[in-house]
Amino acid sequence: MLNEYFSSVDLLVLKPAILLTLFAIGVLLTDLMLEPEQKYLNAVMALAGVGFAAYSLGPWPLGLQHQMGMAGADALEAFRGAVIVDSFGIYFMWLFLIAAALSILISIRYLEIEGEHRGEYYAIMLLATVGMMILAIGMDLITLFMGLELMVISIYILTGYLRRDRRSNEAALKYLLLGAFSSGILLYGMSLLYGLSGSTDLRIIASSISQRPAGDPLVLIAVITICGGLFFKIGAVPFHQWLPDAYEGAPHCVTAFMSVGPKAAAFALLIRMFLVPLASVRDVWLPLVIGVAIATMTIGNLAAITQSNVKRMLGYSAISHAGYMLLGIVSGNENGLKGIMIYLMVYAFMNLGAMAVIVAMRRKDIIGDEIDDFAGLVYKSPTAAVLMLIFLLSLAGIPPTAGFIGKYFIFLSLIETGHYGLAVVAVLYVAVSLYYYFQIVTSMFTREATDNVVPALSPGIRLALGVSLAMTLFIGLYPNPIIEVAGNTVASILR
Amino acid sequence: MPPVPTAHYVFLSAALFTIGMIGVLTRRNVVIILISIELMLNAVNINLVAFSNLLQSVNGQAFAIFVIVDAAAEAAVGLGIVIALFRNKETIQADEIDLMKW
Amino acid sequence: MNFLELIWMIPLFPAAGAVAMLLFGKKMPNWLVSIICPGMVFTSFLVSVGAVYQLSSLPERQFEKILYSWVPGASFQMANGQLSNLGADWGFLLDPLSSIMILVVTGVGFLIHVYATGYMSHEGGFYRFFGYLNLFMFSMLTLVLANNYLLLFVGWEGVGVCSYLLIGFYFHKKSASDAGKKAFIANRVGDAGVVLGMFTMLATFGSIRYTNVIAQAGSGNFHIGDAAITAITLLLFIGVTGKSAQVPLYVWLPDAMEGPTPVSALIHAATMVTAGVYLMVRSNILYVLSPDTMAVVAGVGAFTAIFAATIGIAQYDIKRVLAYSTVSQLGYMVLACGVGAFGAGVFHLMTHAFFKALLFLGAGSVIHAMSGEQDMRKMGGLAKKIPYTHATFLVAALAIIGTPLFSGFFSKDEILWRAFISPVGSGILLYGVALITAGLTAFYIWRLMFMTFYGESRVDHHAAHHLHESPPVMTIPLMVLAVLSLAGGWIGWPTVLGGSNHLEHWLEPVLGPGAKILEEHAAHGEHAHSTEYMLMALSVIVAFSGLSLAYYFFIKNRAAGDSIAQKFSGVQKLLENKYYVDEVYNAVFVRGMVMNGGEALSKFDARVIDGGVNGVAWFTRLTSTASMWWDKWIVDGAVRLTALVVNLTSYPARILQTGRVQLYAFSILTGLLIFFSYYLFK
Repeated sequence: MLNEYFSSVDLLVLKPAILLTLFAIGVLLTDLMLEPEQKYLNAVMALAGVGFAAYSLGPWPLGLQHQMGMAGADALEAFRGAVIVDSFGIYFMWLFLIAAALSILISIRYLEIEGEHRGEYYAIMLLATVGMMILAIGMDLITLFMGLELMVISIYILTGYLRRDRRSNEAALKYLLLGAFSSGILLYGMSLLYGLSGSTDLRIIASSISQRPAGDPLVLIAVITICGGLFFKIGAVPFHQWLPDAYEGAPHCVTAFMSVGPKAAAFALLIRMFLVPLASVRDVWLPLVIGVAIATMTIGNLAAITQSNVKRMLGYSAISHAGYMLLGIVSGNENGLKGIMIYLMVYAFMNLGAMAVIVAMRRKDIIGDEIDDFAGLVYKSPTAAVLMLIFLLSLAGIPPTAGFIGKYFIFLSLIETGHYGLAVVAVLYVAVSLYYYFQIVTSMFTREATDNVVPALSPGIRLALGVSLAMTLFIGLYPNPIIEVAGNTVASILR
Repeated sequence: MPPVPTAHYVFLSAALFTIGMIGVLTRRNVVIILISIELMLNAVNINLVAFSNLLQSVNGQAFAIFVIVDAAAEAAVGLGIVIALFRNKETIQADEIDLMKW
Repeated sequence: MNFLELIWMIPLFPAAGAVAMLLFGKKMPNWLVSIICPGMVFTSFLVSVGAVYQLSSLPERQFEKILYSWVPGASFQMANGQLSNLGADWGFLLDPLSSIMILVVTGVGFLIHVYATGYMSHEGGFYRFFGYLNLFMFSMLTLVLANNYLLLFVGWEGVGVCSYLLIGFYFHKKSASDAGKKAFIANRVGDAGVVLGMFTMLATFGSIRYTNVIAQAGSGNFHIGDAAITAITLLLFIGVTGKSAQVPLYVWLPDAMEGPTPVSALIHAATMVTAGVYLMVRSNILYVLSPDTMAVVAGVGAFTAIFAATIGIAQYDIKRVLAYSTVSQLGYMVLACGVGAFGAGVFHLMTHAFFKALLFLGAGSVIHAMSGEQDMRKMGGLAKKIPYTHATFLVAALAIIGTPLFSGFFSKDEILWRAFISPVGSGILLYGVALITAGLTAFYIWRLMFMTFYGESRVDHHAAHHLHESPPVMTIPLMVLAVLSLAGGWIGWPTVLGGSNHLEHWLEPVLGPGAKILEEHAAHGEHAHSTEYMLMALSVIVAFSGLSLAYYFFIKNRAAGDSIAQKFSGVQKLLENKYYVDEVYNAVFVRGMVMNGGEALSKFDARVIDGGVNGVAWFTRLTSTASMWWDKWIVDGAVRLTALVVNLTSYPARILQTGRVQLYAFSILTGLLIFFSYYLFK
């Protein structure tokens, strides 16, 4: 009887998530046995967990399917269709594992300085990663919702991880209240979707929605509330206000993590929702997405200009990046979606790289997240300054860095679909974005250092920086591999 | 006695949801705000159960149970954060928490 | 050895140098840096020479080396309905145009690198300087060797970043970082134009690869005056005004002189600023298809030329004179493109690279000798003290004013001639402006010569004590450049003077298709050789009158010059001192200007009696003062205003971020309500 509900496929599909969960529990247990100066072993263990999970995903990019001997099949279904592993899901799982690994690497030293080096941190980070993975492979409202909540609740805790720091507390509280509020809104929309179709399976919902008459008010309300909830999670205007505060208040390494992993996961959810259940009502949500994308680019870019805190500036820049990515949804064709995929992967490397430099700036008694803290960095640590320059250029989308490739595909798709006006607006905002990124560059290269404290490039940070730099340049210079993988991914979601 | 029509449940849910929203927007005490959010989630639950009954599908009830679990987890974390904040700042008034802005 | 296959390595040598400086520079002794960095550029030069030599034996004189496809194709519906491939490759194109560019860039670049090893030897951050410089060479070579607009844009942004870093090299100078900011804003505007132009190009031609675009544009599918092409060319031209310092985006270039002098010579005179001209010549076929753009280009070029020249007259900082001169000469090149004389533009680009690099390096040598003094009023009579610098500077000064047989003569004259017979716009007017500019150029360059090298010495005794000729490592590059400034123009010896204009023939594969279109659609009569001789003579006469005027004012009769300067000293001082005050002082300043002007006018008749010479001088002074005023108040104001507006727009975007969590929730609700109302009221 049991075989009817649990099959070997189910186990295989969830293997990465299960491994991560086991390692999260393992970290919690071993933490009890470690002396304070051995706490870095927690990080090692967490990294091992990520490594095993990655191994169980198999060789990039479609290992899991090959492992099943189903190379010909498009996707693996498990749990009676509640979970589906296709190249889309695998692409995102890789992305989350990369984000988690890099974040763990840059956390070690930071937590030591803060005096908060405990095992929970890594355990919660792994659990958040599990949540994201489920978001990427869920095909059922309940599964998606649980993945989403596992992710965000973990992130609330991480945001407030510095218990003794008021800013951290405040950021966590704001994030939690607004996050729960928006989850409520999203859930309301989901309940309506359920009511409209009688099923929580996205594909069944899709077919029921497509049979509803045009302009059905229930569909309209469902679309609006779901859009509201999703836009909140990706930080789009006017649902963005939690984001700058949460980014600024969270510990540096958590800011790094949440700007990459959960953001990508939210986009995975958004793409799934828009392309599966809501695909037939594209006309309804398209104007919303266009309006929100323009507002997001505007507010994100303009508000970033006068920020003096680098983390907050990167927060606003994260908002503007979400705006660019939404443009890929607007054009909605193959190149647009490919653009989003590449953009998210690239964003993981460049943003984590930039954040790693900021983490390195955190030294005893210096929080290191003000633009002034970067003054004269090139004289103290040329390597850190040049790396930061490259990451910022990439964030601004200057070729031949990786950031350009993502933007290229999105702008290309806009031209292909005839959205010339949007393309022009986006290009102009890119010019604006360079202005604020270069405030950091100016500070690093053309100002005198205010102190002599050299940034601490611990081995973990070095490794994270090295990987981020290599990928930022590699993808920028030779994007063919990732374009091909993203192409497969998009093919699997558009099918 | 004839069964209550589903539409009534849906309206009840909408009303409850709105009340919850208004609570979030107007009450100053963070704990009350958390309770208002619970109200919103429960409104969703009413919806789910009502649809489940109407459509004779068990998924809605399962979903409602998961929502309850989630609400409990959220409340636990939320209260934890409120306590940490209260230790540092000695206030749980939402409008006094504005260290980070602009 | 097949150098053509190696052209992709040309940019990589300096890149390797830059990486080496980043990784190991801090620990390297200066002498090692002085070998590695110029050495890398020299290697590039050698490979370039080899490749160009081999190119000349290819029948089609075009060689494309594609390393791999970079952003690969996406199927794309073109305007005419067929599917095309948008792909841009990481590929390099060596053709007559890029061959000239790489030779100039690596050759002049190498000389400047060598010079810099001497010039920067006493400065801190030696390795950093050369790291930036090598990175610049990498970007510039990528820019000129690219086989598509996207890769060109990589170099375009790269040179911008390096320029920015090098302007701010002296970080302790507040003005230096301000100047960097100005350069940044002006170039940002231009770059946005280039990107938009590139995307419009994608939408129109379905490709951004040069060969495809040229083939498409020349296929006859596009008529003269096609709206899309006009849009593309105008957008690209915005980029040109930014990079090549044309009105109205020229403002950053004079301020860029805050950087070290070799940087001014390399980036802000010889190479980077000509990137815009290169871009136009590269896209010449698009430009000839759009007469409207051509008219704009010619107009902007001519205006920039004369405008900057008038400002140059009133400057006292030796480098600033040269900076405005650069802007003015760039105006010539843009004018050449605007009248369809792309070959002449390239020719002038090349000769200008020689003599302007020489002028800047010479000025650097003077500054070096004067222990850092840049004010020409504190110089004079230096000719005997620094003979090599003086001799080489003399060659450059003769070249820039267009003395016959010197390089500047041939290139400038070709531009003047082509403007005269221009099928675009009103040729005579453009010619007149260019001719007057030639006179002004002669005046300010010789004013600089006389104030610096001749007459009595005004050097204070402290500096006089240290006065010395620069070391050979600096003077030898000067000499090489002097030879080039003299003889570099001979490859374009015009047919009318019995030469064969090799340059024109060399560039034929690049410019031929465009020229054919231009010829077909522009009816212009035959022009006699006699006219050409006459114009040549005229420009020589004008140049030498400018020179004589400078001689009169700055050697022969200093009193006359001084007394005129005196009359306007109030205005000038006000300008100098009030630069950093806010707009409140503007009113005060304007009042001062009016009062001085009134006073001057009341004495005008007295001056008329003094003679026409004085009148001319008065007029030029007035225009230069006015344009300086324009420059300092209106243009700088505009840049500041841009920054201010950008900053100000930021605040409304932040204002809703009150820090209150419930207001955030309210904003979420507002968002939902907006969504609802959109459907209710649409």
